[in-house]
Amino acid sequence: MSFLEVLYFIIPTTIAYAAPLIFTAIGGVFSERSGVVNIGLEGLMVMGAFIGIVFNLFFVDTFGSWTPWVALLVAMVVSALFSLMHAVASISFRADQVVSGVAINMLGIAIALFTVKMIFGKGQTDFIQEKIPRINIPFLQDIPVLGPMFFKSVYGSSILAIAVAILAWFVIYKTPFGLRLRSVGEHPMAADTMGINVSKIRYVAVIISGGLAGIGGAVYSQTMTGDFGHATINGQGFMALAAMIFGKWHPIGAMAAALFFGFAQALAISAGSIDVEFIQKIPSVVFLILPYALTILALAGFIGKANAPKASGTPYIKGSR
Amino acid sequence: MSNKVVNILVPVISIILGLIVGAIVMLVSGYDPVAGYIALWNGIFGDAYAIGETIRQISPYILAGLAVAFAFRTGLFNIGVEGQLMVGWFAAAYVGSAFELPMIIHLPLSLLAAAVAGALWGLIPGILKATLRVHEVIVTIMMNYIALHTVNALIKAVSGGGYKTEKIQPTASLRSDFLSQLTDFSTLHYGIFVALAMVIVTWFILEKTKTGYELKSVGFNDHASQYAGMNVNKNIILAMVISGAFAGLGGAMEALGTFGNMTNRGGFTGIGFDGIAVALLGANSPLGVIFGASLFGSLKYGANNMPNAANIPLEIVSIVIALIIFFVASGYIIRVGLQRLAKKKEAK
Repeated sequence: MSFLEVLYFIIPTTIAYAAPLIFTAIGGVFSERSGVVNIGLEGLMVMGAFIGIVFNLFFVDTFGSWTPWVALLVAMVVSALFSLMHAVASISFRADQVVSGVAINMLGIAIALFTVKMIFGKGQTDFIQEKIPRINIPFLQDIPVLGPMFFKSVYGSSILAIAVAILAWFVIYKTPFGLRLRSVGEHPMAADTMGINVSKIRYVAVIISGGLAGIGGAVYSQTMTGDFGHATINGQGFMALAAMIFGKWHPIGAMAAALFFGFAQALAISAGSIDVEFIQKIPSVVFLILPYALTILALAGFIGKANAPKASGTPYIKGSR
Repeated sequence: MSNKVVNILVPVISIILGLIVGAIVMLVSGYDPVAGYIALWNGIFGDAYAIGETIRQISPYILAGLAVAFAFRTGLFNIGVEGQLMVGWFAAAYVGSAFELPMIIHLPLSLLAAAVAGALWGLIPGILKATLRVHEVIVTIMMNYIALHTVNALIKAVSGGGYKTEKIQPTASLRSDFLSQLTDFSTLHYGIFVALAMVIVTWFILEKTKTGYELKSVGFNDHASQYAGMNVNKNIILAMVISGAFAGLGGAMEALGTFGNMTNRGGFTGIGFDGIAVALLGANSPLGVIFGASLFGSLKYGANNMPNAANIPLEIVSIVIALIIFFVASGYIIRVGLQRLAKKKEAK
């Protein structure tokens, strides 16, 4: 493959892998900005992936080519409800948020596999017929060089992901709700004094994170795998968590980090076929561990300092100092 | 109600609640919960073979639980037990198969290799926490994935492109004909004694040594410990290293006892994450870890009997375990409930 052909292959693959990470990482931004650590993103994504596939399989006759999009909505609602468990435990019951997140992760995969075995009598579902379609964007696809890179056969969900990231930036930085969200995560007591309902904001934030993680999972299963099994979601949730940190708890930063991690994944699967000697010599394991290693470096301050919201991880107890 | 009674009641109530909700899930899904739990019971205690396999399953759980608990006592949350366990598994499998030595050297050497590998994997988050104040939770999660991919690459490298390491030499094996025959030819091995020995080691370090006193002190209040003249950073690193070593030994149980090699893995073993549940249920005490590991190890192994005997997917047990963690974590609300009950009784 020539260099340009390589780019024509790598860039769409990158964006395709990044889209689920973007949704989920943005969800993580909402939750952590409000002061609730959400390790449970992986479990919420599993739930979304599972619901997306099952809904797609059962309602494909009803909704036809709209099925994958309706499935995204249903996955969003179910995962949002599921995340309510994490919200109740970590906001109202003052549970250790990390432990509660671990429980969500275990519960997500357990419920999904239990139900899959109950319905299908085997470890994975059938394949869906209606995947999320790839589309060509009119006019833009005719731009030389850039057209085939960014605007030919892209998933609609990828465009949606980037739109959500921009919307999230607007909500968090330009609206009253966003200001409250950030203040609750930095200094809940001060926010409470100003008359902001800390618990309510945190509940909303966790539910948003659940909904977005659900969409992320459903996008992944309906673009990448086409079915659901025990290994469908295998670390994507944690990679989204990493993208959120690498993006310094900022929606646009998280999106950029997710795109970069998508690039690493695309390289890992295609490094062997690229006709550039330098890349072929690098073992694929390097690309596989790159996102995680970079996140550690970012946290350690080697790539700019990454500071978590101050109150992240601590339950707010009224009246305590 | 005294604090001690409440501390014991919270996990007990959580277990009962977990089992009840599990029964409701089975009922709603159209399964028979009574048949399900009978199948689970028989899967654990049904015959000598089942008991042997259950005890075999408990050994890595004890070590994973100890790893989490030990770090917790120093105020650290080690979610990286999973990764530390996997590098330990690989190290033990490699040393066990690549060298030819007399058993008296080979077996301890293989165990040591696993412990050292796990300790190194714990050292990195420990150093980052101590020197740069990087939160250990995120670093250990990332280290898990680095471990998963690195170990897979190493397996490929040492096996010349294959997907599993060679079988370990008999001189490095924990397998025991005696224990196996005792339990109707199960795969029960000497690992359980290694695990129990480590429980005693943990208890000794934490309760009887100056080091243990300092570790616990840092866990209670690192500022006060610093003021009292303790080296907080050294203790944080030490706690992660010891924790990682226990996790690595947990991997050695699988390498030298149960499987005898390591196969390319598509995902995690789950033992490390269950270790969090074990430590949490056991209130991070060495004795508590034995109870926690016995419960979760039994549930996990016994679940294998449920699809055949009662036609129920074995994931129901994972649901129950996750719910138990959830309830223990929400212990605050259980405590409030218990206090209200106690007050009502007093009023009467």
